[in-house]
Amino acid sequence: MILAAPVARIGHTTLKAVAALGRVTIFAVQTVRHILTPPYYALEFWHAVIAIGWLSLPVVGMTAVFTGAALALQIYAGSGRFGAEAVVPQIVAIGMTRELGPVLGSLMVAARVASSIAAEIGTMKVTEQIDALVTLSTNPMKYLTAPRVLAATLTVPVLVAVGDTIGIMGGYLVGTTRLGFNEVAYLKNTFQFLEFWDVGSGLVKGAVFGFLIALMGCFYGMNSGRGAQGVGAAVKAAVVAASVLILAANYLLTEAFFAS
Amino acid sequence: MIELREVRKTFGDNAVLRGVNLTVPKGESMVIIGGSGTGKSVTLKCVLGLVRPDSGTITVDGEDVADPQDRDDFLAHFGMLFQGGALFDSLRVWENVAFRLLRGRLKRPREEARSIAVEKLRRVGLREGTADLYPAELSGGMQKRVGLARAIAADPQIIFFDEPTTGLDPIMAGVINDLIREIVVEMGATAMTITHDMTSVRAIADKVAMLHDGVIQWTGPVTEMDAAPDPYLQQFIHGRAEGPIEAVR
Repeated sequence: MILAAPVARIGHTTLKAVAALGRVTIFAVQTVRHILTPPYYALEFWHAVIAIGWLSLPVVGMTAVFTGAALALQIYAGSGRFGAEAVVPQIVAIGMTRELGPVLGSLMVAARVASSIAAEIGTMKVTEQIDALVTLSTNPMKYLTAPRVLAATLTVPVLVAVGDTIGIMGGYLVGTTRLGFNEVAYLKNTFQFLEFWDVGSGLVKGAVFGFLIALMGCFYGMNSGRGAQGVGAAVKAAVVAASVLILAANYLLTEAFFAS
Repeated sequence: MIELREVRKTFGDNAVLRGVNLTVPKGESMVIIGGSGTGKSVTLKCVLGLVRPDSGTITVDGEDVADPQDRDDFLAHFGMLFQGGALFDSLRVWENVAFRLLRGRLKRPREEARSIAVEKLRRVGLREGTADLYPAELSGGMQKRVGLARAIAADPQIIFFDEPTTGLDPIMAGVINDLIREIVVEMGATAMTITHDMTSVRAIADKVAMLHDGVIQWTGPVTEMDAAPDPYLQQFIHGRAEGPIEAVR
């Protein structure tokens, strides 16, 4: 019996994880169905675009500029070991557009947006606002989840594009003011080296990450427990799940796009 | 007419409803009383289709609530006042009241929806100036009135009231009770209220049903309530600690 206990625990945890995965998958499928079928709530969608996209610009911009700047310093120091300091603009550009722009930007959006969506919807649930929506002939998935998930899927790639640009500019500032690069040469090297797919792959990643961020916020909000503690737990779970899924999806997408 | 037949609902090990039978005739005001945790809210949510019973049937005008032909159309007949108001924080007061009139099948032009909302707000005693405020800027009593205005905005045939006076001072509770009575009579609507406030019961009810231990313990006209011999009912309406209902649940 004593030996069986850990095995039972593993089995129990595995079953719970599989059940949770199933619930999230069903939730995701339902969300996509609601996005594609009428009625559409344009005003809710517009509010979500502002809350998720526009208001996340400062945090994504700050993340990108410091990341680009630090990246330039690191690559300069690292490449200096074999006399290849000249590659700083190119590596900053590829590093920002393919990986750091989408991943770090999305992680910051996850912290900001998944938490606020989970808190908002969770509070709506515990104060019976979700029930009120149903009694007012409005499907909560259609009214709350679909506009937020669609808005995040469409705006996070735009945030990634802005972040890429600002990140490259961060590298440019450090490169030209601290590392002695020529301004024109730095920009020329950056743009000549970059290929469409370097940027495009990052934007596709951004769309996937945006979908996951809002989906997790809505899923945990809708399944929030009772009271302040329930909402708190939902917020924490939403941010953790969104962050882990972003990193896992990033690996899978990188594997799919770039593994030869 | 609302009819519940042998409705049962269990949450985990807790059998909340153990065979509820209740009939609410058209145009009548039924108040369900009972202690906290006896399943009053669950009963109401079962009728609205928010909670699915494990067994039994619930019909509204002959239509099964578990499987209505058109759910949105079916719900359009209902209005509900929630215990805490359940107003949408992100919307202004008038947008809350006119929620149904701003989207879906009952959608009207924005100006028309606003004027209906203002009219309904006036009906529950709120000035037009309240319309552009947000729910968080209102007192508890005002939020309850807005909730009431929202419940009646689309002229429903059936209105549910969940603990309409909980959390209000006695005077405001009296105002809400009077409003509910007036509106129900005026609209000719069927009303189903759950409460444990006996003043509310006497002000609102045509008929009373007492829910205890997951079944309807007693039901009858409010005028017969005081003289009814049922010991559970008498203990409850007189608020006695001693009696067949255990005080510690």
